[in-house]
Amino acid sequence: MPKANHTTSLRRRLSNGLALGLITMAALIVTVPLFLILGTVVQRGLGSLNWAFLTQIPKPIGEEGGGMGNAIAGSMLLLGFASLIGIPLGIGAGVFLAEYGRNKFGNVVRFTADALNGVPSVVIGMTAWALVVVPQKHFSLISGSVALGIMMIPVISRTTEQVLLLVPHTIREAALGLGIPKWRTIVSVVLRTASAGIVTSIMLAFARIAGESAPLIFTAFGNEFWNMSPNQPVASLPLQIYKYAIQPYEQAHAQAWTAALVLITMIVLTVVFVRFVVSRGAIKGAS
Amino acid sequence: MSEEPPISDTVVSSEKLQVVPKNRVGVRENVFADQVFRGFVILCALAVLAIVGLIFFELVSQSRLSISKFGLSFLKKQIWDPVAEDFGALPFVYGTVVSSLLGLLIAVPLSIGTALFITEICPGRLRPVLSLLVELLAAIPSVIYGLWGIFVLAPFLRLHVQPFLATYFGWTGLFSGPKYGWGMLAAGCIIAIMILPIIASITREVIMAVPRVQREAALALGATKWEMLRMAVLRNARPGIFGATILGLGRALGETMAVTMVIGNRPEIAKSLFAPGYTLASAIANEFTEAVGNVYFSALMEMALVLFVITLIVNALAVLLVWSITRGMPSRSLA
Repeated sequence: MPKANHTTSLRRRLSNGLALGLITMAALIVTVPLFLILGTVVQRGLGSLNWAFLTQIPKPIGEEGGGMGNAIAGSMLLLGFASLIGIPLGIGAGVFLAEYGRNKFGNVVRFTADALNGVPSVVIGMTAWALVVVPQKHFSLISGSVALGIMMIPVISRTTEQVLLLVPHTIREAALGLGIPKWRTIVSVVLRTASAGIVTSIMLAFARIAGESAPLIFTAFGNEFWNMSPNQPVASLPLQIYKYAIQPYEQAHAQAWTAALVLITMIVLTVVFVRFVVSRGAIKGAS
Repeated sequence: MSEEPPISDTVVSSEKLQVVPKNRVGVRENVFADQVFRGFVILCALAVLAIVGLIFFELVSQSRLSISKFGLSFLKKQIWDPVAEDFGALPFVYGTVVSSLLGLLIAVPLSIGTALFITEICPGRLRPVLSLLVELLAAIPSVIYGLWGIFVLAPFLRLHVQPFLATYFGWTGLFSGPKYGWGMLAAGCIIAIMILPIIASITREVIMAVPRVQREAALALGATKWEMLRMAVLRNARPGIFGATILGLGRALGETMAVTMVIGNRPEIAKSLFAPGYTLASAIANEFTEAVGNVYFSALMEMALVLFVITLIVNALAVLLVWSITRGMPSRSLA
């Protein structure tokens, strides 16, 4: 049958169509849970969302009203203190990897950072517990921040490395050619050029740790009241969601959904912001 | 790429030769400042190594009591008795491994499909939208997956999926027993959704790393699109996809909150996937603040140590595999 040589056989065409169909279906299936989760969070969370929820502290179970103002503030404080650890160390390590780390030692650091990134958050939480809570003898904001700060380091350092490598070599050479010392070149020229990218890396790290609850269980612990002191336990949104979700009361569940809505809004805004910065070309090709 | 800029070399060497002109004040200070700066960033890099070392050291020293009391039998025993202070981690290791493998089983085909769709089939305008959706899936916190798992997924499994599986596949023994909704199956599903984005995004990158000429060659030989994908793309990307899978496994093993909320938290080894289970991470999250007695604490610490060592090995393997494809420039999506 000479004709068969010119047209693709039925079997091949069928398997082609079937495979492409399955691939398309897989992509569709993957998006379903996202919409389901976001939809449920909005639908169940919107009901209890009001000003009091954002500003008041929780009321005892059974009483109407109350909010999670302390947990929202607690989450912010945890992020703030974690940043004190995570941002300098992360950027420093990132600068090392990009500017001084094209060697074996650099590869070891790179590898370790990736490994640290994969360490379960609950294990990092236990380490923070052993390092801070045990000597302090009580749970505290600062111990939670240590755990979260450690988690920020690999994210920030690896992303910073990547955006620094995107800064054209000619810019470095131009600065060095003007007689500017290397450290000054890195700080004022390279880091400056890549600043949007570094902000992105910090935001990515925020998105990663803002929703963490596992390491906070035995570090920041939770608190029913306002707390600003680094040495006292503090409430946080993710942990509050967990605590309310496993309670057997409808009202607590409703609050958990609303907290989820608040948390997810914060995180999605961060991610979309990162996307926006990246697509604006502030750091070309970094995405 | 030469990394040491030539200028600092000349400064150092000219200094050695003592030909630094007097009017060039600050050269010496600059060399000093350079060294301080270099020392600072090296310290930051060392901090990364120190932290991993510190985690290991703390876990070992805190679990010394349990290690010396139970030895290797800790990993083989099925007992979990805080009152008698007798602990064995086998049901937890089992739960961790089974729930993770179940998650992989569901997530890997879907991720590969999604990655292929995004890179090869999807119209250009839809591509960033779809990538953003997958990225958002990765950004949802674990505890919200858990919340959704308890109140939406588990009832759905109980009412629709479990009766179906029990009727048609009950003979395998994997789908029998009481239908709670929550349990090993629910944990596997939640893990699958959570590790999908990471596997999909890395797979996408290794697929994009396959040279275009490979595709064109296959098409020029008369391959259909699927044949081209199978023979030119997937075959070349295989080690990278394997690396992505292992990385997903690393994530799955350490997944804590969502799993704690849906797996049922019962330290038992059951054949049926409907039965509740327990994982290393969820046991730590669930019991650590309530643990009384040094042995109990220490046993939980040793579980953390086991988890740490397992994930470290798995991640190291994955990173090496992905590096071998992307040539030492691991993607940002590793985060």
